[in-house]
Amino acid sequence: MSAYPGQEGLRTPLKVALGNGASGTGVRHWWIQRVTAVALIPLSIWFLFLVGGLLHATYPVVLASVAQPVHAVFLIVLSVCLFWHGALGLQVVIEDYVHTRWLEVTLQIALRFGAVLAALACVMAVLSVWLTGTSYY
Amino acid sequence: MPNTRPTSPHLGIYRWRVNMLQSTLHRLTGLFLCLGALLVAWGLIAAASSGAAWNAFAAFCGSPIGMILLFLWTWSLLFHLCNGIYHLLHDVGQGYGPARRDREFAPVYWRAGWSMIVASVVLTVLVWIFLVLHMAGGVA
Repeated sequence: MSAYPGQEGLRTPLKVALGNGASGTGVRHWWIQRVTAVALIPLSIWFLFLVGGLLHATYPVVLASVAQPVHAVFLIVLSVCLFWHGALGLQVVIEDYVHTRWLEVTLQIALRFGAVLAALACVMAVLSVWLTGTSYY
Repeated sequence: MPNTRPTSPHLGIYRWRVNMLQSTLHRLTGLFLCLGALLVAWGLIAAASSGAAWNAFAAFCGSPIGMILLFLWTWSLLFHLCNGIYHLLHDVGQGYGPARRDREFAPVYWRAGWSMIVASVVLTVLVWIFLVLHMAGGVA
């Protein structure tokens, strides 16, 4: 039953079925990091072209570009994937290098608050430009 | 009770390999790109706020320090992108060469590792050549 010889009696069937291991969280972190990474491959390349095209653009041109439905949707997906992927990466950095327990927990919570706040702010900004920005030009 | 045991391998005892540079650069560029993500947030919020806010953001991006940061962010993004794709290929079991330890039999992943670094630098230069030509081309 267990992958480790001699350990058969120590793992309950539920523990084996959940497959979470010592961390208690299983592959969730690893998997979401990969899924957001795959999403960010085309999104970041697209974003480079978007920014390149908007260099020295006037404010109304920027608003018009963000307000294009395809651009708005991509920007929203990019914002969510970007901050999610970044937060997962920073989480591991904190786990690796911060060994003072209270500071580590504080940073981990602050990281989650910051990531959600930043992603939400980006989404709201894009929605705002998309849905109301037409009045600017 | 604080744990005084060593928490990571002693980096000095390993023979240096490009894989170590890739891993370190991947983490450093990732950290730097998190700052870049905040710049993206600033830009979007500024665009949604007002013309004055956008102009302040654009002025920062156009300033010398802004241009240097944007150049570093471009390379960070492209290295993290190239190395990330390479990482994903490793995750699905591709790209592993024979486990030879002698220097003259460099496994494929050492060559691939260097090509990730070279490709990211070349792509960064190409992107900025395009950007400079684009700016010189008239939109400015």
